[in-house]
Amino acid sequence: MGSVDRIAQPWGSRTPYGPGESWPVRVDTFLAEGVRPEDVDRWVQSASILHSNGDGLDMAVKDGRIVGVRGRAVDRVNHGRLGPKDLFGWQANASPDRLTRPLVRRDGRLVETDWDTAMGLVVDRTRDLLDEQGASAIGFYTTGQLFLEEYYTLALIAHGGIGTNHIDGNTRLCTATAAEALKESFGSDGQPGSYTDIDHADVIVLYGHNMAETQTVLWTRVLDRLAGPNPPAVVCVDPRQTPVARAATVHLAPRPSTNVVLMNALLHEIVANGWVDEEYVSAHAVGFEELRQRVEEYPPERAARVCDVPVERIREAARLIGTAQRLLSTVLQGFYQSHQATAAAVQVNNIHIVRGMLGRPGCGLLQMNGQPTAENTRECGADGDLPAFRNWTNQRHIEELARIWNIDPMRIPHYSPPTNLMQMMRYAEEGSIRFLWVSCTNPAVSLPELARIRGILRQERLFLVVQDIFLSETAQLADVVLPAATWGEKTGTFTNADRTVHLSEKAVDPPGEARPDLDIFVDYARRLDLRDDDGQPLVGWTDPEGAFRAWQECSAGRPCDYTGLSYAKLRGGTGIQWPCDAEHPDGTERLYADGKFWAAPDYCESYGRDLVTGAPLEATEYAALNPSGKAVIKAAEYLPPHELPSEEYPFQLITGRTLYHFHTRTKTARAPQLQAAAPEVWVEMAATDAADQGFAEGDLLEIATPRGAVRARLRVSGIRRDVLFLPFHYGYWDEPGGSGPDGREQGRAANELTITDWDPVSKQPLFKSAVARVTRVSGGDGAPATAPTTTGSRPVAAGVPGTAGGSAALVDERLPEGPRTVAASAPAVGGDR
Amino acid sequence: MNKIDMVIRELHRSENKLAVDLLRLADRHKADHEVHHVARDLSRWSQQHVTELARVGRDYGLRLDEEARDESGLLSTVEQKASELLGRHREPGLLLLADLRHLYRDASGVSLDWEILAQVAQATRDLELLALAKRCHPQTLRQARWANAKLKETSAQALVS
Repeated sequence: MGSVDRIAQPWGSRTPYGPGESWPVRVDTFLAEGVRPEDVDRWVQSASILHSNGDGLDMAVKDGRIVGVRGRAVDRVNHGRLGPKDLFGWQANASPDRLTRPLVRRDGRLVETDWDTAMGLVVDRTRDLLDEQGASAIGFYTTGQLFLEEYYTLALIAHGGIGTNHIDGNTRLCTATAAEALKESFGSDGQPGSYTDIDHADVIVLYGHNMAETQTVLWTRVLDRLAGPNPPAVVCVDPRQTPVARAATVHLAPRPSTNVVLMNALLHEIVANGWVDEEYVSAHAVGFEELRQRVEEYPPERAARVCDVPVERIREAARLIGTAQRLLSTVLQGFYQSHQATAAAVQVNNIHIVRGMLGRPGCGLLQMNGQPTAENTRECGADGDLPAFRNWTNQRHIEELARIWNIDPMRIPHYSPPTNLMQMMRYAEEGSIRFLWVSCTNPAVSLPELARIRGILRQERLFLVVQDIFLSETAQLADVVLPAATWGEKTGTFTNADRTVHLSEKAVDPPGEARPDLDIFVDYARRLDLRDDDGQPLVGWTDPEGAFRAWQECSAGRPCDYTGLSYAKLRGGTGIQWPCDAEHPDGTERLYADGKFWAAPDYCESYGRDLVTGAPLEATEYAALNPSGKAVIKAAEYLPPHELPSEEYPFQLITGRTLYHFHTRTKTARAPQLQAAAPEVWVEMAATDAADQGFAEGDLLEIATPRGAVRARLRVSGIRRDVLFLPFHYGYWDEPGGSGPDGREQGRAANELTITDWDPVSKQPLFKSAVARVTRVSGGDGAPATAPTTTGSRPVAAGVPGTAGGSAALVDERLPEGPRTVAASAPAVGGDR
Repeated sequence: MNKIDMVIRELHRSENKLAVDLLRLADRHKADHEVHHVARDLSRWSQQHVTELARVGRDYGLRLDEEARDESGLLSTVEQKASELLGRHREPGLLLLADLRHLYRDASGVSLDWEILAQVAQATRDLELLALAKRCHPQTLRQARWANAKLKETSAQALVS
């Protein structure tokens, strides 16, 4: 199929296919300039690390350097395709500004030192605090981007060695609600569906999920279905006119913070029209009667009023969802980072339960992840939950874990729920957490209300350790900086949003003295002399494969059973979905076939929480509600949001992602094609709002909330009226300020503005519920904003030059068999119909 | 003699107090963001209960205020500002424990009052009153459980550190 500019055409060329057919293979390859495939010394197996899709890929190695990537044709996830971040992001590995030596703060400045000195400081500080205050002084904040082996080791050190309850991942910002919603409905984390459900579905619903930008290759699969015979209907819930919205049969653009009302109205219609699978519900679920009563209060007319969506469009969406034969639903940050996050996400589960749409091809439910290894944070217990989905309130589960770790059960803190990140920041603020180890994440850009966060991280009394590959905004505030190896420089496994486990092998050496995260954690445990009850080292392994074997033992018999997997089995072929054990040697495509759930009181991961207060249910309450482990239908009432538009702040502000960047741009800004595609922060506004204010495309605006102000160029986009959108990737490491806005009043990080508020159930911060005002700083002189034109930020006006990557972004696309191809669709937004 | 009016009046008073308690809790712990926001949400339940009790009270010749007392205004602003400043230093955890303990006891008291009202409603076959108790009482229990759960969650950190 030849070369395609994959910045201009992020989803590449169409390979149409029909329902029930296999998605055609298309192998995408991108090599550094001047490198031909035959020049490559060896190809090293891995998968994508800059989003949660889990695209299988091979890294090209030449002369000890990574020189490109190629999709893996055999992989079940991507069938050879890669997205722009996969294709170009690897270049960041070789950036000249990588951290190569440990740094320590001396007289206020970070200076280079050796590993012994740096680790000595970290260990001494840990010991002193343990002696003086105990484990409550120590906190760990990790990421959604390390490998399974690293999370499991960290979870063991924190829970079993130090005995602290304060451990969480930045998956809290992205995927905590997914996990919590699954626990509420099915008793345990674990995606019910599979990506292959796209091949079978006749209706696909995306709830607050801009799949086109967050998981480009998965969206390519949808586009190929849409281009083929008997395409599925697509329903999109999103206040922005994203590529998904443009491809949708029905697009609902609700006012932010009203998702629960919309969901209740959809359920109202499903119940009122008799689209409920009564037989399935009575055999496999509890709680339906409560739902029936609750949704009676939410007719579509009420939702139309509260959500500001035409009533007939709600009815049309409900009809598609209610009469689908094979329904696939996916959910992401539009729900997870919004007001009443868990309550809304649970209603999506409820639709699948009441319609009996689980465990069959095409009947998929995917509470998505944003990050590539978010699932591993959750299953290993590095997000605070106990390893292998064990229930912290179930004494038997604690005893089992203590037996595996060979320690006394009392050493594992389980007297209260694990401390979530936002609460950890609170404890650091009031001074009871005095040691915080941040690995592979950047809270100084990614957390809400940044002025507050910077204040907390800068405190003298807080000892801050940052382990990263670049001197990020957060690293600049640290007391000790530990240089880490990254993807391609270390070996390990990770699991995507549909439970597919991939092996990622070491291709090249890390730069300078940088070390794999696993080595750093093991070193810490050794230096702290953490031991089990027989006096043996608590962490009994030194390499990734040893950690993997230990994890297999820990996961045995639990939902995320890895006992049937091995590095050898993952090598050479495709990724494999857990549970994978003796009974399921090739993995498990879909969970909950035959209406069997992991919800039995003695087995489940969680007894659930109150959807309004977040208070955990007691074991006895849960057993009374659900003695035989059925699915749990939980109704939810709507609560007004905590910040409402006013005369002073008339707009609602939502933040989100762009296709070309990941997280806080730590890597993507160092990949030239990605950085050029979205170089600057922008703000989106509807054409009617812009006209009312007298603003024009490209004007420099100041956006302010009660917490701060940022400046950004205006993109007049297809967003709904009364709402502003800011992408959240942009921080300060490449600005004079370094870690913050450098004394200037106005920053550019969207999180200067967001409110400190989180869902009481999942504890996920709400990045889409602030109110804001906007003023013009200066005109744009006719020059448009530099926002991408290929994505949710597509301009409504003509005349804005299209986003393109030129010759530097040409990617080879190849179909291995037959000419069953269609030329790359223009315009680049693809899927318009 | 029928003493239902006495029960309704007492419940109206105690729900009013609970609504105010929750708002004050929110104001005093503005830097504890979850406590702040959830307490405000939960106060709304008590405010609705006050309104509903006032309406049903009319059938019993009672003239109760339909609006819950509102403590917002200068005092609340001062309390919020003070809480933000003080809340960022050491030891606010102990104050939070004391306040949650107080809230749990108050909410439990209100829950008992709803029990009494439900019993009376059943005995007198007042279906409207019974429906009211069935609607409101679970929310009172959820308020109490929240206070209990937050207490359990924060006590170790506040007392061990």
